[in-house]
Amino acid sequence: MTSTTETPARRAMRLKEELAKWTFLAPALLFLVLFFGYPIVKNVMMSVQEYTTRTFYTGEAPWVGFDNYIAVVSSSVFGTAMLNTLLFTVGSIAGQFTIGLALAVFFKKRFPLNGVMRSLMLLPWLLPMIVSSAIWKWMLDKDSGIINEILGVVGVDAVPWLTSTNVALAAVVIVNIWLGIPFNMTILYSGLQDIPDELYEAAALDGAVGWRAFRSITWPLLRPVVSVVLILGVVYTLKVLDIILGLTDGGPANATVTLATQSYKLSFANFEFGQGAALGNILVIISLVFAVVYLRVSHAEKED
Amino acid sequence: MRSTRARTTVHTLVGLLFLALMLFPVYWMINASFQPGVATVDLDWFPVHPSLEGYRNAFSSQGPNLLTSLVVAIGAVLVSLSIATPAAYALSLYRVRGAGAVMFVLLLSQMIPGIVIANALYGAYNDLGILNTTVGLILADSALGIPFSILIIQAFMRALPMSLLEAARVDGAGRIRTFFSIVLPLSRNSVITAALFSFLFAWSDFLFALTLSSSSDARPVTLGIYLFIGGYVADWGSVMATATMASLPAAVLLVIAQKYIAAGATGGAVKA
Repeated sequence: MTSTTETPARRAMRLKEELAKWTFLAPALLFLVLFFGYPIVKNVMMSVQEYTTRTFYTGEAPWVGFDNYIAVVSSSVFGTAMLNTLLFTVGSIAGQFTIGLALAVFFKKRFPLNGVMRSLMLLPWLLPMIVSSAIWKWMLDKDSGIINEILGVVGVDAVPWLTSTNVALAAVVIVNIWLGIPFNMTILYSGLQDIPDELYEAAALDGAVGWRAFRSITWPLLRPVVSVVLILGVVYTLKVLDIILGLTDGGPANATVTLATQSYKLSFANFEFGQGAALGNILVIISLVFAVVYLRVSHAEKED
Repeated sequence: MRSTRARTTVHTLVGLLFLALMLFPVYWMINASFQPGVATVDLDWFPVHPSLEGYRNAFSSQGPNLLTSLVVAIGAVLVSLSIATPAAYALSLYRVRGAGAVMFVLLLSQMIPGIVIANALYGAYNDLGILNTTVGLILADSALGIPFSILIIQAFMRALPMSLLEAARVDGAGRIRTFFSIVLPLSRNSVITAALFSFLFAWSDFLFALTLSSSSDARPVTLGIYLFIGGYVADWGSVMATATMASLPAAVLLVIAQKYIAAGATGGAVKA
């Protein structure tokens, strides 16, 4: 801003400018406050209140301190949900990332139809998740699913994919891996495109090709993109609800319950909104840790 | 030379194999949708005797839900764009103080688990009387489209030449006229991308539908499918017909906005 004294006319002009600026921005800010700010604050409040169906009739939600948190954490489901969330996230990310990276490296080669194939590969990621759930629920069906039919041809007995406590979690992880491959592949591929070809040509002169080139050039240069993909993957996977509810509804016998599905169940099946909020807040805190790391990493990348 | 050609052909074949594996579930859905009432054991690997019965069933049971999804998605696009486009303009071309903070909030908002938002909105919607309404769903689904749209559009607007805007100002065009007659037309591609993604987010939404609109008054097709597969399914062919119809917007997006999808993958956070 100028330090000289302004004429009234200029000042009016500047105020008009300021006003115009905020007029453009105001609706968005209001929306963010209502649909992100309010829910987060409200959830913090609900989590320390006895907020149940009764609240909707009586309008009363007594303050109960940390009772909801204590109830949620000491519940028998909590340990299972935590462990499942961890296994689901680690399993999904490991699979998505490895296969996504392998495909990204493969598609970096130049060959006919490459571009068309890469586009079509995105389809699983663009489909509504509940549609994917429906397809896989049927494909994984013990008696009428194509997966078991194919396995039967090879001589494997029918696997109760979604109805056995032993394999249900593995089944939802498999489906989530399938869903996440395109996302990983796309971002890693664009990261690979940024690595100059000259580096590979120079390395080839030194006899470094294939695996050695990958280890000495690709991996180190791809590292920032890898961090971004992994962290975003974790944040997105922690949120997953559609897939698990669609395939197993968190069952059988809580075998696929996660923090997200349990938070949903507490609020919308048991009508314990205070407890649902408490568990939701625990999930938010876990997500935020990764989100902050992401923002630092992506910021650092922009600085380079 | 010939060896190179042979090698690229092998690569193409290997690529096709990967693609076939990835897209098999999608193929299986479409294949079954034309063979309603057929058990898996008897299902043909290709619909040699295609029947539209599954689609007839899907329409008769899911017709209203498909319409709801369409209305909600179009509504969410209109709300998202009318809020996001001016905001992107202010953030990118005006030097707004605190723009960095706003960006930060936008990125963060996309990482908040939806269940937390739904949990708080339920009570608010109940008080406002917009549970189980199209309007309620449009607003909630706009929460998916707005942050994303602002990020995508502002990234594009940032690259617009300032000289154009200066020229407009010299000609005496105000901010608003500059916005409508110069900035918007130039940013058309990014606005279209934001619109397509906002449509897809709202169309695919399941969480808000499940929590804020569980009655049959305003039930999107995603919820229809969920209720379908929740119980015993006698005729998967008809469910797959519904699923195929619910997949159409994704296919359209893939064809139209292919080159923007990579940017969309990270919610606009990746350097364009």
